[in-house]
Amino acid sequence: MSTASVPLPSWISYGVLPLLNLLLAFFISGLVVWSIGENPFQALKLLIEGALGRGEAIGFTLFYTTSFIFTGLSVAVAFHAGLFNIGSEGQAYVGGLGAALVALALDHYVPWYVTMPFAVIGAAVFGAGWAFIPAWLQAKRGSHVVITTIMFNFIAAALMVYLLVNVFIVPGKMAPETRTFLPGGQLPKLDWLMALFGMKLGPAPFNVSFIIALVMCYLVWLLIWRSKLGYEMRTLGISPSAAVYAGIPYSRTVIIAMLISGGLAGMMALNPVMGASARLQVEFVAGAGFVGIAVSLMGRSHPLGIIFSALLFGMLYQGGADLSFEMPNITREMIVVIQGLVILFAGALEYMFRPALVRIYQQFAGQKLAGK
Amino acid sequence: MDYFDIFVSILGSTIRLSIPLIFTALAGLFSERAGIFDIGLEGKMLAAAFAAACLAYVSGNAWIGLLGGIGVSILFSLIHGFASITNRGNQIVSGVALNFIAAGLTIVLGQAWFNQGGRTPGLTGDARFAPIILPGVDVMREVPVIGPLYANVISGNNILTYLAFAAVPLSWWILYRTRFGLRLRAVGENPAAVDTAGISVAFLRYRALLVTGVLGGFAGAYLAIAQSAAFINNMSAGKGYIALAALIFAKWKPVPVMFACLLFGFLDAVANFMQGKSLPMIGEVPVQIFQALPYVLTCVLLAGFIGIARPPKAGGVPYVKER
Repeated sequence: MSTASVPLPSWISYGVLPLLNLLLAFFISGLVVWSIGENPFQALKLLIEGALGRGEAIGFTLFYTTSFIFTGLSVAVAFHAGLFNIGSEGQAYVGGLGAALVALALDHYVPWYVTMPFAVIGAAVFGAGWAFIPAWLQAKRGSHVVITTIMFNFIAAALMVYLLVNVFIVPGKMAPETRTFLPGGQLPKLDWLMALFGMKLGPAPFNVSFIIALVMCYLVWLLIWRSKLGYEMRTLGISPSAAVYAGIPYSRTVIIAMLISGGLAGMMALNPVMGASARLQVEFVAGAGFVGIAVSLMGRSHPLGIIFSALLFGMLYQGGADLSFEMPNITREMIVVIQGLVILFAGALEYMFRPALVRIYQQFAGQKLAGK
Repeated sequence: MDYFDIFVSILGSTIRLSIPLIFTALAGLFSERAGIFDIGLEGKMLAAAFAAACLAYVSGNAWIGLLGGIGVSILFSLIHGFASITNRGNQIVSGVALNFIAAGLTIVLGQAWFNQGGRTPGLTGDARFAPIILPGVDVMREVPVIGPLYANVISGNNILTYLAFAAVPLSWWILYRTRFGLRLRAVGENPAAVDTAGISVAFLRYRALLVTGVLGGFAGAYLAIAQSAAFINNMSAGKGYIALAALIFAKWKPVPVMFACLLFGFLDAVANFMQGKSLPMIGEVPVQIFQALPYVLTCVLLAGFIGIARPPKAGGVPYVKER
């Protein structure tokens, strides 16, 4: 009998298997570090210190975590509906436009807590809007959503550079960015939250969007596992033909799933645009959309898993930046390698160890049965 | 400069910009026609460019650089194959992963080995593929119309350029006139039928990925040791995705692939030329329009508004025997 169809208890398939894959990804990353002549254990120690050593470091780690939760949720929602949204990067980029327009329009008149809900809606609507065309093309014309979302990432990049260079640029300035938002268009830092734990945030841009991200995790959990729409999306993801046979409307579900996915990606922009730099800049997404793929794969598309894997990648990003100061031989791009390895082992090769685990499990289970 | 000179110069740079696209799109053609989606073309090109630049620098020989590029590109192809054929993993996830690994590793290793911010040292002399001046250029140059075209567009390219144009009919011949090609196309449409005929689906797909690796190596080598004289950070800059777009635009057929790549190369050349210039009547055209155009065109095509782009039927689906 093929080992592919043997059922395994969930602590193995959701615990041991992902952990093995993650360990292998880190083992190979360690080999890379070793091969360029540095001590991998020393590097790991520096990385963890850099990510969690001081209040400021934790603040930066959580700042990155916030972005990755949004993009991770974005990828996960589409994934549940059987769609692979590679376009979170572009959707977040365009989402930034929505957030910035709201901030620019309101920051003169109202305090931040009035701006915030509109900014959340603005970012989500713009992100969802950017996902709409690929979604519509997939639903109605059968164009593969992977290809179209890749294309839309590049189109978004061209569009945003054009807008920032020609429309939003502050006259007389060289940098292609909007004017700085007033406090009414900024999301305040969460220094009080850090102070509760007796830590100082310092200049780290850890801000209110972290709380929005956690709320979104809960809402996504409700949507996927506690709503009719979520049930329809999961059915579609497991078997499109069964879903259609059961009367689930294909086009509608695909489009709604992609709109939610794009909206979540768009909200990611709140964090860097309104929470950190207080202006819209070129390439502010900086790959967070792609990190979302790794985060979602590692978190098994579950909000709780996504929080933990976003935290892991937040640590990698912050700790990696610190590490490259301490060990100049290891550049920041080492994070990108680790990210690629995690996607490879936790995603594409997720079942590599499965046959071996099945054999070991069967041996133990068999012994138990024989002992009785 | 009169209009004809401008035309000739744009045409020349069209050729130069199209070559990596042609190699890469043909690489993708072999893989996708065999039923393996390849989002990882970008990463293969980048990794091959880095390997070619390193080996050409160390050995001082461009051909060894080319071989190194091909070797690394094949390695990436085989990892993709191991994930998507042997382990039946998600082909898109695997491709995305390999792109990240290439993007990160080239910079990490480049910085650690050469300490020039991720660049490799500049190449001179035999370490690069030099332009080949075809015979009779000086005589031909005086001839109106044909002369400048011959001197600036057809002559003066390096050997890889001519190989790229030779690879197009060769790919056509392999795909449509050999037994391997017939089987390769069949395995992309209906692997169960191929399996029933007693041919190994996995072995056939691995061989297709080997061809993909070789062609991806040529693309990378062209970037690093023919067009430029060193590896530069992220020098593929999305060309792999443009090539993927061209492959779709050409509906997965070799000769249209060449024309699609030439079209996208032409758009790139026009964008470079138009930078900061203004057209009569229209004014300055934003460069971003030309940058976005290949992607917009591909989406329009995918939407089925200009013909239908139908991918190989078994593409993206791992083959499982027991069904």
